[in-house]
Amino acid sequence: MASNISRRHLLATLPAGLALAHLPGVAGALTVGEARALVDRVVDEVNGVINSGKSESAMLRSFEAIFVRYADVRYIAQSALGPAGRRASKAQMAAYIKAFQGYMARKYGRRFREFIGGRIEVSDARPLKSFYEVRSVAHLRGQAPFRVDWHVFDKSGRDLFFNIIIEGVNMLAAERTEIGAMLDRRKGDIGALTADLTRAG
Amino acid sequence: MSDTSIDSAIRGRSLGPVLALTWLLAGCAAPPPGVEFNDPHEAQNRAVHEENLAMDRALFGGGKPDRKPFLPEPVATSLSNFASNLDMPGSAVNSVLQVRPGPALQNTLRFAINTTIGVGGLLDPATAMGIHAESTDFGETLHVWGAPEGAYLVVPFAGPTTERDAIGWVADLFVDPVSILVGAPEAYYIVAARLGGRAADRQLYGETIDSILYESADSYAQMRLIYLQNRRFELGIETDVFDPYEDPYGQ
Repeated sequence: MASNISRRHLLATLPAGLALAHLPGVAGALTVGEARALVDRVVDEVNGVINSGKSESAMLRSFEAIFVRYADVRYIAQSALGPAGRRASKAQMAAYIKAFQGYMARKYGRRFREFIGGRIEVSDARPLKSFYEVRSVAHLRGQAPFRVDWHVFDKSGRDLFFNIIIEGVNMLAAERTEIGAMLDRRKGDIGALTADLTRAG
Repeated sequence: MSDTSIDSAIRGRSLGPVLALTWLLAGCAAPPPGVEFNDPHEAQNRAVHEENLAMDRALFGGGKPDRKPFLPEPVATSLSNFASNLDMPGSAVNSVLQVRPGPALQNTLRFAINTTIGVGGLLDPATAMGIHAESTDFGETLHVWGAPEGAYLVVPFAGPTTERDAIGWVADLFVDPVSILVGAPEAYYIVAARLGGRAADRQLYGETIDSILYESADSYAQMRLIYLQNRRFELGIETDVFDPYEDPYGQ
């Protein structure tokens, strides 16, 4: 942990141009407006899909496309894998990330199916630590509205979301737990985990 | 904060058994900082979780899609509405104990509307009017009074909870006006209706619950994470935000 903290402090002491890119609210970096605009686009597309009347498999394909376009899939996949990623080869990592992408699209796409006929509305955006939190409210038929928060950053150089928090339940934390358990089952074998992921979700 | 003055005001009036339970909580340990959950009884909890899974599989089909629903959907919805309406007076009392007059009024109004226009609570016109339940319980009241969460627990039938919430369930029997006002045999019908409501909810949210229970590599760990995060969110506890720039693994 000490090294992580010092790494962050290091960012603050880096030459201005480099460091500022990581600080919220600074000209040139991602802004509240841009973070909100990103989530507005995601929400628009999700609303379009859940009210499109498409078949389930067509909806799942649409969700995967949205996920790939607007989420930092590489970051989410690596973060979910945790320390095991350090001993993986480049090819292993690429295969794992690809399998993870399909798994996430299937798993969360099926959950979003429950949103059919509903809508999500972006309500607020604010800086949080080194990134932005965009709050939205999901209105589903016959249910009390509930909160969905999107965490957005531009670590990859593009504005992307890296975490979704539904009524306090954190997607990254859930996937770390899940991928960790899947990897334990395979005694740490990333190739076997990748094969399992292509079937899971 | 006003919490301490509420606490002493209530102590002064001596709520008897409820307070005895509150003091039990003094023994609950707060989780160490930086740790997401406090689960010293994990082995025992996992055993109960397995039993609950076996029971769930027997009653609700274990995530097989071809399993016929337990109840026709309109019946499940009515049962769920009825049971949740029965919870409103208890929620209103707890809102008062938490000194939250807004939710107390809203829960009372909701109970009045759904009990009358909603045909005894079978329908839910209040939601259509935008008057949503501010569901709460004595577990939340204990939180507002400053009691720590305590250890994570999995109990037979009901599943995930914490020491604080489990004590809250018992205390709710003492503060719930519905339980207090009706005698036998109505009290038993109410218990039955609440159990029916739980079964109906299990069915209505079936796919999501199935996916957690039967598609996770470690359903115990997923349930623990989801329960604790969602409960803390409900209680308005600020959780440590995950900072991607402090994440050593996502490069």
